[in-house]
Amino acid sequence: MSTAIQEPEVQETPNYLNAEYGWKSWLFTKDHKRIAVLYLISISIMFALGGVFAMLIRLELLTPAGDLFNSDTYNKIFTMHGVTMIFFFLIPSIPATLGNFLVPMMIGAKDLAFPRINLLSWYIYVVGALFALAAIVMGGVDTGWTFYTPFSTTYSNTFVITAAVGVFISGFSSITTGLNFIVTVHKMRAPGMTWGRLPLFVWANYATSLIQVLGTPVVAITLALVGLERAFHIGIFDPAIGGDPILFQHMFWFYSHPAVYIMILPGMGVISELVTCFSRKGVFGYSFIAGSSLGIAIIGFLVWGHHMFVTGMSMYAGLYFSLLTMLVAVPSAIKVFNWTATMFRGSISYETPMLYAFGFIGLFTIGGLTGLFLGTLGLDVHLTDTYFVVAHFHYVMVGGMVVAYLGGLHFWWPKITGKMYPEGWGKFSALLVFAGFNLTFFPQFIAGYLGQPRRYHAYAPEFQVLNVMSTAGASVLGLGFIIPLIYLLWSLKYGKPAGNNPWGAKGLEWTTQSPPETFNFPTTPIVTEEAYAYAKHEEAHVG
Amino acid sequence: MNEQLPLWPVAASALATEVDHLYIYITLVSVVMSVLIFGVIFVFAIKYRRRGDEVPEPIHGSLRLEITWSIIPFLVMLTFFWWGAKIFFYNAVPPPNAMDVYVVGKQWMWKLQYPGGQREINELHVPTGQPVKITLASEDVIHSFFIPALRIKHDVVPGHYDTMWFNANKPGRYHIFCAEYCGTEHSGMVGWITIMTPADYQNWLAGGGTSGTMAQQGERQFEQLGCSGCHLQDRAGRGPSLRGLYGSRVQLTSGQPVLADDAYIRESILNPDARTVAGFKPGVMPSFQGQISEEGILQLVVYIKSLATTNTPGAPTASVQGGKQ
Repeated sequence: MSTAIQEPEVQETPNYLNAEYGWKSWLFTKDHKRIAVLYLISISIMFALGGVFAMLIRLELLTPAGDLFNSDTYNKIFTMHGVTMIFFFLIPSIPATLGNFLVPMMIGAKDLAFPRINLLSWYIYVVGALFALAAIVMGGVDTGWTFYTPFSTTYSNTFVITAAVGVFISGFSSITTGLNFIVTVHKMRAPGMTWGRLPLFVWANYATSLIQVLGTPVVAITLALVGLERAFHIGIFDPAIGGDPILFQHMFWFYSHPAVYIMILPGMGVISELVTCFSRKGVFGYSFIAGSSLGIAIIGFLVWGHHMFVTGMSMYAGLYFSLLTMLVAVPSAIKVFNWTATMFRGSISYETPMLYAFGFIGLFTIGGLTGLFLGTLGLDVHLTDTYFVVAHFHYVMVGGMVVAYLGGLHFWWPKITGKMYPEGWGKFSALLVFAGFNLTFFPQFIAGYLGQPRRYHAYAPEFQVLNVMSTAGASVLGLGFIIPLIYLLWSLKYGKPAGNNPWGAKGLEWTTQSPPETFNFPTTPIVTEEAYAYAKHEEAHVG
Repeated sequence: MNEQLPLWPVAASALATEVDHLYIYITLVSVVMSVLIFGVIFVFAIKYRRRGDEVPEPIHGSLRLEITWSIIPFLVMLTFFWWGAKIFFYNAVPPPNAMDVYVVGKQWMWKLQYPGGQREINELHVPTGQPVKITLASEDVIHSFFIPALRIKHDVVPGHYDTMWFNANKPGRYHIFCAEYCGTEHSGMVGWITIMTPADYQNWLAGGGTSGTMAQQGERQFEQLGCSGCHLQDRAGRGPSLRGLYGSRVQLTSGQPVLADDAYIRESILNPDARTVAGFKPGVMPSFQGQISEEGILQLVVYIKSLATTNTPGAPTASVQGGKQ
């Protein structure tokens, strides 16, 4: 991808892509947009790798017998699927690519507050990813992405420490990006860009950054303790040497539940932008959408115990976590209702990004509602650790986050590259993703209620038909991901020039050229109107 | 039921049926919510599709609407919470007349023992109409004992005793799964629960030869490990007498009282100095960590339990035979 971007073209206006050439100009860049592109390439590689693992899982599960791989290999495959997808794709995905590219532009800044730290965060990410890849190449990890003790600390004979070090390191990339965003939003807003005028995508990334900065250190500590216990037999989690395995789960989920919101909040920010743009209408309930992002970030820290209802935790703690889980659903519901209301009396068009937005609202709603099943104590006892959970979090993570990411990528692709993608192919693959996704994961709700446990290499024969449906759907879904990869790369060379604002969208990023120049705007913009002022028939003031 | 494509699991207890009702209720509410949202979006998407270049007037929001669509869904969710909590509390407290079964999870099998001494691997036999309390222990990593037909599961955490209970009402043979990933053969850590009529169950119990009840096996361990040298039958030796201990409140050296239950007895065997009984010195009793399996500990617990209720140590109690008290 990078080589294609670097090709000089005749008579192109100066922009961030052609400002400098050569690999050094990329590897030592301090431009947030170039760093976003570096991230885009890196996380795409990890997404492809995680996708290959996903296909191997689905191939194995085509038949009830564990006949394609042996058990150890299968266990490593689902572990590496989870580790690469969660820590090296989903968590960085939108913030590190679209967020990196857009947050400074949306607030009228030349760059993030700390451009060097921004570059550092990418290097940290790469080092972390290399550790994860090393763990795979050396022989894999078989603990599941959750690293549950004492299996991970005492019983697993795989490269747990290498993988944990990779996740540990990549956490710092997440923290530095979050810190950078927080400072940038506080200190770098253009004149007139008040908090009440911030685009909702910025609000979402701001809330995400708070979680990254506050939560990530906890998972780093937890993994460090896992490493210490595994290497030096310091009794922290293994009861045989005086530890408590449930302690690990409290520490792990204290980060990893909020991490779910790290993954979904930026997606919600993208959807807020898409719905308003393609309804050509100001957003309904701006302050509620913005505030609900903060609400999710705060309440999200108080619900981790709902992963642990059957561990033998106090039943009164169970009550508390169940109640707060119901509460955390409210801000998510508020967002869905406000997006819907935004379409009321709008002028709605159906370009690819909007199709993804529709898909997001549908799939995320199902993902959110099935979260309530799992937050309900007596029902969770039956559902937890079954395929119902697998279906639920894929509805949120793929149906929600990945769909939002693809929608955002199509929406801002013209801005990032200066080129339009082919619209027909875009719509076609959006439909493939939607259909393939539902065929893959809806049957898993049924399999889960029937009792099929997750992380099973071989399963009871009566679950086979549902699993065949899942595998068939996964093939369609895979195709839906490969087609955009092809036409987006194709568009770098052959796409039609995009112009500054192909969607007629509001927002400072659309007032500057595509691709933007190195410092984004010729002069610092002055903001004189609220976000999404579609009705005012005037361009935001530039210069 | 269609065996190729089952869509609904068998419910083999009243609780399972109750869980099904809750599941159906939440599903119905979810379907109504989804249809409402998707229907409205669909109507808007058609009705307000872009027709020309006109720019619609903005609608900034409505506090009344925001409050409505925050409060009403939350109230509905509270009904989920309430019903779910009721079931959870029902699950948490086994009735006093429950018959005991002891389950030890180890990579990668379930080892079961009944108070009467019968042992099984990956098989559980229970009668209908009789509450069954399962005490769970793990020899190694975390497992999870899952019986889909009864809609219950509980993690089996090393270092802890966990309990679960059920009252089955539908004879049949149903899956037992390990639901918490536990390593290589996790998906092979499966078994069967056979739910039988009480008459069939009595026949089954009579069929299996055993080497004594669990309490008698525990008593043999008690002798072999040398416990009886210090824990005398009728008076305090170097350690306290264990007669009448189980279920009583014991005064500790710290001055705190503790309930002498399964967990306390297990801890005192593996880590005797953690909570020493008042009047006895820490450091006297050696730890038996690593010298006795989780199954052996459970037998000792059952033996010590038997000392609380009978005068003849190790004699089978009523609950041991068929679980009727």
